[in-house]
Amino acid sequence: MDYAAVVFLEIIYMIAFLALTSAGLAVVFGMMRVINLAHGEFVMIGGYTTIACAKAGINIYFAMLVVSPLVVGILGLLVERLVVRQLYGRMIDTMLATWGLSLLMVGIVTFIFGNTAVSVPAPIPGYELGEFQMGGYNLFIIGIATLLIICMWLVMRFTRLGLVARGAMQSADVASSLGYDPKRVYMWTFAVGAALSGLAGGVLAPLTGLLPSSGGAYIAKAFITVITGGAAVITGTLSSSVIFGTINQIVSFGSTPVIGEIAMLAFAVVLLRLMPQGITGRFFRNAP
Amino acid sequence: MIGDAANFTSAGRTHWGWIIAIFILLLLLPAVFDTHTPTLLGIWALFALSLGLMWGYAGILSFGHAAYFGLGAYTYAITSMNLGESTAAWIFAIVLPAFVAALIGAMMFYGRISDVYMGVITLVFSLIMAKFMGATAGDAYSIGNARLGGFNGIPAFPILNVPGDPSTPIFGTALYYVVLCCLVLCYLVSRWVLSSAFGRILLGIRENEARVELLGYNAPAYKTAIFSLSAAMAGMAGCLFASWAEIVTPALFGLGQSVEVIIWVIAGGLGTLMGPIIGAVLLGTMKLLLGGQTFIDNSLVIGAILVLVVLLLPKGLLPTVLGWRKQQGQRSVNRAHSNSMRRRGGERRQQRSAGEPDKTGHRS
Repeated sequence: MDYAAVVFLEIIYMIAFLALTSAGLAVVFGMMRVINLAHGEFVMIGGYTTIACAKAGINIYFAMLVVSPLVVGILGLLVERLVVRQLYGRMIDTMLATWGLSLLMVGIVTFIFGNTAVSVPAPIPGYELGEFQMGGYNLFIIGIATLLIICMWLVMRFTRLGLVARGAMQSADVASSLGYDPKRVYMWTFAVGAALSGLAGGVLAPLTGLLPSSGGAYIAKAFITVITGGAAVITGTLSSSVIFGTINQIVSFGSTPVIGEIAMLAFAVVLLRLMPQGITGRFFRNAP
Repeated sequence: MIGDAANFTSAGRTHWGWIIAIFILLLLLPAVFDTHTPTLLGIWALFALSLGLMWGYAGILSFGHAAYFGLGAYTYAITSMNLGESTAAWIFAIVLPAFVAALIGAMMFYGRISDVYMGVITLVFSLIMAKFMGATAGDAYSIGNARLGGFNGIPAFPILNVPGDPSTPIFGTALYYVVLCCLVLCYLVSRWVLSSAFGRILLGIRENEARVELLGYNAPAYKTAIFSLSAAMAGMAGCLFASWAEIVTPALFGLGQSVEVIIWVIAGGLGTLMGPIIGAVLLGTMKLLLGGQTFIDNSLVIGAILVLVVLLLPKGLLPTVLGWRKQQGQRSVNRAHSNSMRRRGGERRQQRSAGEPDKTGHRS
């Protein structure tokens, strides 16, 4: 019974992890049709920001929930103005340029912090579930991810901001003729996406030690989650997070975590072959 | 020497004189330099050529081309360990990546999967290989008497030998000449492929796939074939690399390897065969020089180069330089003609980029 609860909690945690790490990428891809391959490095820089703040004596929750998103959001704004803006409509070129940016950021972080792991202890102690020792911080991550998804849905569904964003996403021309400059919408969308990546990085920072190359671990999972999800930002990300999180953890419990990850990646390939437009390209077509 | 991207011929004018002169210089190189580094550069050039052929002429970009490079290297290591002789291993290291690529390619191209999704699938395949090979530590994972060895990889397999004579290994200067021959051979094969009807159809697919299909050609079959050929060349490069390094590790499959070869190709010049080779040699040399110091990280420089090339030099180094030369030469001879040619090339570029969002499908 305890074991079943552990498996269940781990599955929920994996789903939350995937949703959290891919939210930023999903916003940018869903709205702008831009794949930001520097996404993993945004997450990594968010993590470094939180750790640097925590070491400087700033409250860690403030650091991860406010400082990290802010810092990475501003970075995202810069990246959009300097690079991504020049390449709208050239999808592959955007992917290549952001891939270059990701290498550049890894190089800069290595230059500043050195190629050694940094970490902070998790601020929430573990607890015992029957005979199993569980990480209490994982529950916090699940909570944050749930809250994030609900907030995103509320903003998209009920606010004027969400309306403009959805409008620009469906038809940039019409939004523009109604007086909303698509370039501005895109710019802020990219910044918000980056801020979400920064939030993910900050929240995940206490889990593992961070290296400059840590971003690579996030990008592949976030990439497949978003692409498999399809164009609808929230529904797509949520549905593919559920599918991949479940597969990953179940196979991991049956074998090793590496095999679990391989199973998830292989399943993603099969799913993409069956549904080339992603899950929301076929189901839930009109969901936000 | 160069296929002009704006010109609808597969090869363009060939400067055979230059090629032969460079070839003779390369033949004489071992008399002056140590061949250890030039051999590696030659292997990288072959790897870049394999991607340049597929990406530049058929418009298929693989985000995980290192998968086939690594597959070639591992196949060679495992087979040569089991057989104790390299000839069969060498052939197998070319055939297996080609076969795997044909399977994956057929899956993608017959499934009508668009650019981005193709990017994901190729990337994910290389990640699966890297993760799997990284997790194969221990005796349970061995093929014949070759232990896969997890992160440490496979050391101490027999290096290339003279075909049919396992007691005469090929290394040092001899390996340099083998690499050079492979590179020239693959270059000539690529030229031959591009000048054939097959190559012209590939160019057609790159420019407008729907039109080629309406003319009755089976585009997925052509794309699968060029993908497989490219993987065979990448596998050959991997096999040569294994013999040069005398160890294979999971890092060969890694993202770093994949992005590096993309940078070599795009910096050298997309839509040419010589460009990727030049890109690999120049940037490879830079990588080796930067590896000798610890102040600036290689990824910083190479990342900056990729961003700048995409933003400022989207055609790559070689076509840009040749474009300048051509422009200057033609200005005096035939100004109007040269202008209209350039304008046409520009138009096609714009059309292609404008068509991009449609292909991936905006939400309706």
